[in-house]
Amino acid sequence: MIAYLLRRILYAIPILIGVNLLTFALFFVVNTPDDMARMHLGMKRVTPQAISNWKAEHGYDAPLFYDASAPGINKITHTIFFEKSARMFVLDFGTSDDGRDIWHEIKTRAGPSLAIAVPVFIIGLLVNITFALLMVFFRATYLDFWGVVLCVVLMSISGLFYIIAGQYLIAKLWHLVPISGFNGGIDGLRFILLPVVVSIVAGIGGGARWYRTIFLEEIGKDYVRTARAKGLSEWRVLFRHVLQNGMIPILTGAVVVLPLLFMGSLITESFFGIPGLGSYTIDAIQSQDFAIVRAMVFIGSALYIIGLLLTDISYTLADPRVRLQ
Amino acid sequence: MMFKLVMLKTDALIFLLLAAVGIFTWYVRRHDYLRAPWRRVLTNPTGMAAAVVLAVFVVIGLLDSLHYRPALAMKAGQPVQYGVEVLSALDAMLPKLRTHKEKTYSAPLATHLYAKETIVLANGSTVRDYPRLKYGGAQLADPHTQWMRDIVQRIAWGVIEGLTLTALLVLLLAALLARRQPGGLVAALVRLLRGGNAIPWRTLLITCAILLMLGLVIVQLAAAYHVFGTDKVGQDVLYISLKSIRTGLVIGTLTTLVMLPFALLLGIVAGYFRGWVDDLIQYLYTTLNSIPGVLLIAASVLIMQVYIEAHPDVFDTSAARSDIRLLFLCLILGVTSWTGLCRLLRGETLKLREQEYIQAATAFGVSHWRIITRHILPNLQHLVLITVVMDFSGLVLAEAVLTYVGVGVDPAMYSWGNMINSARLEMAREPVVWWQLSAAFVFMFALVLAANLFADSVRDAFDPRGRVQ
Amino acid sequence: MNFLRLFGLLILPVLLSACGSGPLNDPYPAADRDSNILYSSFEERPKHLDPARSYASNEAEFTAQIYEPPLQYHYLKRPYTLIPLTAAQMPTVTYYDASGRPLPATAPVSAIAESVYEIHIRPGIYYQPHPAFARDAQGRLRYQDMKPGDWHGIQTLGDFRHSGTRELVAADYVYEIKRLAAPQLNSPILGVMAEYIIGLKDYAARLEKAARSLPRGTYPDLQRYPLAGAEVVDRYTYRIKLRGKYPQFLYWLAMPFFAPVPPEADRFYAQPGMAERNLSLDWYPLGTGAYMLTRNNPNRQMVLERNPDFHGETYPRTGEPGDAAAGLLKDAGKPLPFIDKVVFSLEKETIPYWNKFLQGYYDASGISSDSFDQAVQINANGVAQPSEAMRAKGIRLTTAVRPTSSYMGFNMLDSTVGGSSERARKLRQAIAIAVDYEEYISIFANGRGIPAQGPIPPGIFGYVGGTAGVNPVVYRLVNGQPVRRPIAEARRLLAEAGYPDGRDAQTGAPLVLYFDTNASGPDAASRLSWMTKQFAKLNIQLVVRSTDFNRFQDKMRRGTEQIFEWGWNADYPDPENFLFLLYGPNMKVGKNGENAANYSNPEYDRLFDQMKYLDNGPERQAIIDRMVNIVRVDSPWLFGYFPKAFSLSHAWVAPSKPNVMANNTLKYRRIDPKLREKLRNQWNQPVLWPLLLLLLALIAALAPALWAWRQRERSVAR
Repeated sequence: MIAYLLRRILYAIPILIGVNLLTFALFFVVNTPDDMARMHLGMKRVTPQAISNWKAEHGYDAPLFYDASAPGINKITHTIFFEKSARMFVLDFGTSDDGRDIWHEIKTRAGPSLAIAVPVFIIGLLVNITFALLMVFFRATYLDFWGVVLCVVLMSISGLFYIIAGQYLIAKLWHLVPISGFNGGIDGLRFILLPVVVSIVAGIGGGARWYRTIFLEEIGKDYVRTARAKGLSEWRVLFRHVLQNGMIPILTGAVVVLPLLFMGSLITESFFGIPGLGSYTIDAIQSQDFAIVRAMVFIGSALYIIGLLLTDISYTLADPRVRLQ
Repeated sequence: MMFKLVMLKTDALIFLLLAAVGIFTWYVRRHDYLRAPWRRVLTNPTGMAAAVVLAVFVVIGLLDSLHYRPALAMKAGQPVQYGVEVLSALDAMLPKLRTHKEKTYSAPLATHLYAKETIVLANGSTVRDYPRLKYGGAQLADPHTQWMRDIVQRIAWGVIEGLTLTALLVLLLAALLARRQPGGLVAALVRLLRGGNAIPWRTLLITCAILLMLGLVIVQLAAAYHVFGTDKVGQDVLYISLKSIRTGLVIGTLTTLVMLPFALLLGIVAGYFRGWVDDLIQYLYTTLNSIPGVLLIAASVLIMQVYIEAHPDVFDTSAARSDIRLLFLCLILGVTSWTGLCRLLRGETLKLREQEYIQAATAFGVSHWRIITRHILPNLQHLVLITVVMDFSGLVLAEAVLTYVGVGVDPAMYSWGNMINSARLEMAREPVVWWQLSAAFVFMFALVLAANLFADSVRDAFDPRGRVQ
Repeated sequence: MNFLRLFGLLILPVLLSACGSGPLNDPYPAADRDSNILYSSFEERPKHLDPARSYASNEAEFTAQIYEPPLQYHYLKRPYTLIPLTAAQMPTVTYYDASGRPLPATAPVSAIAESVYEIHIRPGIYYQPHPAFARDAQGRLRYQDMKPGDWHGIQTLGDFRHSGTRELVAADYVYEIKRLAAPQLNSPILGVMAEYIIGLKDYAARLEKAARSLPRGTYPDLQRYPLAGAEVVDRYTYRIKLRGKYPQFLYWLAMPFFAPVPPEADRFYAQPGMAERNLSLDWYPLGTGAYMLTRNNPNRQMVLERNPDFHGETYPRTGEPGDAAAGLLKDAGKPLPFIDKVVFSLEKETIPYWNKFLQGYYDASGISSDSFDQAVQINANGVAQPSEAMRAKGIRLTTAVRPTSSYMGFNMLDSTVGGSSERARKLRQAIAIAVDYEEYISIFANGRGIPAQGPIPPGIFGYVGGTAGVNPVVYRLVNGQPVRRPIAEARRLLAEAGYPDGRDAQTGAPLVLYFDTNASGPDAASRLSWMTKQFAKLNIQLVVRSTDFNRFQDKMRRGTEQIFEWGWNADYPDPENFLFLLYGPNMKVGKNGENAANYSNPEYDRLFDQMKYLDNGPERQAIIDRMVNIVRVDSPWLFGYFPKAFSLSHAWVAPSKPNVMANNTLKYRRIDPKLREKLRNQWNQPVLWPLLLLLLALIAALAPALWAWRQRERSVAR
């Protein structure tokens, strides 16, 4: 087990290097360091001198991947790629192109992102499971049928509409919560209520329907029939057996997204003005701040790999027969 | 020649896809084991109703994919010249919707603009009032008294036409069925109306009737009004919504078309050969998958813009420019979404290659290629099919979100994402301009709902236990 | 039932806070409800707050309150007038010839080799409290050589326990001028100033050389390097030496670029450990102004608070005629500032922003946001006023034409639309008539702008209003009113240019023009389609080439664009700052200047060189008129429109006068927090019935389920 985990962690390194290489390649195919400098120096009165100063200050004055003029190993190390990516492996992301420390920023922004993502994840899971169980309980009745219809309808609405409608009704017309913004602590509850509710509602359709099929598959199995034959009530069968066994695929499926909760939600955060990592990423894309984009890609992929690892581990925990090797 | 045909890159791919679907259908019809699940799809009422709705969208999308450049009026002795505006067969069918532009916003079915303006009266004095629209309700002499009557009349006509057409359709269908079934026309009619056929003809007819009525009511109204109002620059919103259909369909289908070969090839190869090939392919898709999709898409869209700027002579029309951007978006969405299918196929292939008959085939020295095409590929068919139909709706929804973020389709392209995007400002107006958002909602919802329902019936037919999500 | 419990859980916080006094949707802490706080917003986090770097207008909103350059614009007087701020009186200027002899003020431009500005600042002005000035018992600066151990518990500037202040001296102003040349700061005006301030160019080169010999991340100490063009005379006096004559320099002295920066601040922020905590002058400015930035979380909120060490200033006693009637002189002579604290919240999306304004959570709407369409109506007399719904809420509207021009340019290097040939000029003139900016303003700016008749906006010397200032190429006078020339005339011009009906006269090929843009965002699609519609009036086929910012800039630099949109935000209220946008030697292509259309006309350039040094007066006006006429005929630009700043403010905000040149106007603002609290409560009564309805609907949906369940249980039991 330990050896397996170790191997997987080592395996992550080439992936991260690959991701990084790809990010670099994609970004610099379109943007020269000169472009980046101009972008950040603004429109008015930009001189070539200012551009070369900017590049020197931000470390973009070396060649990209290969420096033919440098001696020996420096051919590789004295390049933008090496200098910028080698440090990321020790979580040193440097400063963004507009001069703020990225790691500091990520630390302060992870909180708001989690404040939205964690409740959405947990409550969403609960709501979806409840809804799915109800449908399974009333399976093959009109309630089940309409439940599924409701799910498909909910699924067919773009997430943007949920946000726009939620903001319009709850915040604008009914004055129940602030329209947007964020605050820490208990006061922050008022701000996250709406985004959390909207995100949960937007996720019910797909989630509940998927869980319903899992539970239905479970309910067709022999042990459930045995349990029922023993005279257990329907509720008991559902909760004791179906829910417990159905939770295995649900949880192992959910584990993979767990670390990615840190990344926040791009759309929700920017609509509701939540200063999280999602809106950070969007802003960085829009202002083409390469340093931030690179850091977020790196963290995103690292978290994704951790998610895969957690999934593997959760399989062994859920089912002792699975051995990792 | 009155026009010059233009084959945009996505048009070519759409017709390629159409041909592929045709060949596939022909192939399925010839193989009984393949036909069986499709029969199940055919007998599913919800699925078939959804298919009818989808078909309407597809027809509109296809009409909108036949592009041409109209010839300009010419003087004698000059060579024929064509305009740079690329039109489609759909535009040719809807000349009024396209060209009847108002000044700015007007509400659905309105006869007046949505904002007050200073109007100079005949006697030279000025008043501040809502000016009449140039086209919307222009036939009415006094809109305040005639408007309601006119609208009701047009709706009634639309419904009557719809019902008449449906009745004709029912008779036609009954006549066709009567030739195959015993009992003559009347018996066929009765069976049809009672829903006594294996194929749910009755549901299909009801769907058709509703669609026909809706369509004809809209046709009636659109002849004199802007059914969904007009947008900021006075463009008919119904027209924008209809033009957006093609964009949605292209994203939903071409993306899959693009990703399919990769996913199939790599998934099967990885599962079949295992070893270092498997490692390499796994590395490839884990790497791609671990990059947050939005970032990958943003970067690619930028690359594409550089490419366009480097070749301005190739992309000489606005249509060509936005088309290549759309295609690129499909490509990159394909790249980000093929990994899921690839993993699924790899797992299934791993299982299949352990099957006895394949082991036996290997022992007999059958070539790898043959084993893959003969034994493995057909057994993966249902997985591919289900993924393709299930992905469709997700992709249509993704377009809206990406466009909202600013890395989606070209801003000049008609798309639901762009409609929602401009609605951001409209929702902040007082009073609210709601119709563009609503139109985008209605159209998107109809397409995605139909796609979801159809995908469900396909999945039920091919994979009754719902293992694939 | 899980669902019910869950629902209860969700609305619990709502109900809980409903027990409190204020509205539920108040985004601010309850404790601040009746405080003297102004609420405002920012759309994008300001990139730079360092006075040497900050140039963008959204940054000026902060820097102008904090930093005090020697001069400022008078709040009420028009035309815009410079008055001393920290200076004791207006600077004196002396001219010298090449051999260093003083010249009289009337000396011809060619004789002047050097101008020297001498500025006296007032004694007794102190900086805001700041840890950089904190001293320990021995009188040494407390936080100048911090060891790693000293960092315990310090994350933001507020975590430093001690702070201090110091008197403002002339050396701080000179220090800032030197900072303009510092390589690590990349001051945007270094290029311009190096042309004028003596020795600044060499100074920058010297610093860069010195920086290269230092380890990465450290920079030379500017105090050790003297600058020839800026010198301290005594504790309160300094001199700036300029090459030749540059009368516009005074305007620069009212911009934060020439505000004082204490060397202590640079030394303080240069310490290791500062950057990792995002502590820098770029984020925590340090000035002598009425306000200081106490909280800077650019992801959420930025807070300006009254500077306790502010030297004091009083509300102006005189203004323009009419100001008294408008209630603008009510506060005359009272000490500034009025407001204790200003909270800027990050608000990126327009919908929430606008709604919060309507709910009373922002006191005044931003000056340039485009989302107030329809909140404003133009009445029959063409005067803008808030809509009835707005007026019912007591919302007021103030308008001012901004010193900004927003124009559409032709690339004069282009083979079709560019060049000085008659053919191309007629084509440009035809387009100028066809693109209907009156309609543009009414659709896209909701009337918030005036169609431009030339490159100079109103409020700037050289602008001619009324019928005399009408551009005869595009407009004609009908009953004394300028009316856009009919489209038939444009068609005729087009035919004369060789494109009858939009077709090449020889080949019959359609005339295809290209519009280059980097437009993005929700409005882009409609604006582009409007533009296409305008060209279609002449049967010209317009192909929109939209691309991203970098690509567009690149095209502009290489001169491969054809038609483009561009804007210019004035640095100072002088015609030179607008007319130089068409000055040949200031071309974009090759010369990297601001003349984006690459227009070059020898006559215009000659007149420009004359006009530049003249004082405002009839002679200057005559030259400007000639220049404007040249560009009207040549039509390198469609002059577009001058946007009007519309600003809506609530009833509790005291009337204020829009001042589009000065940014340091926060100190003149006043609010009535009591009235605000009352109205906010009135406007934001929560509507609870939908929640109850939802609850009922849930129960209604679940009731048959319960019933069905009972049925089944019973049947199983049986």
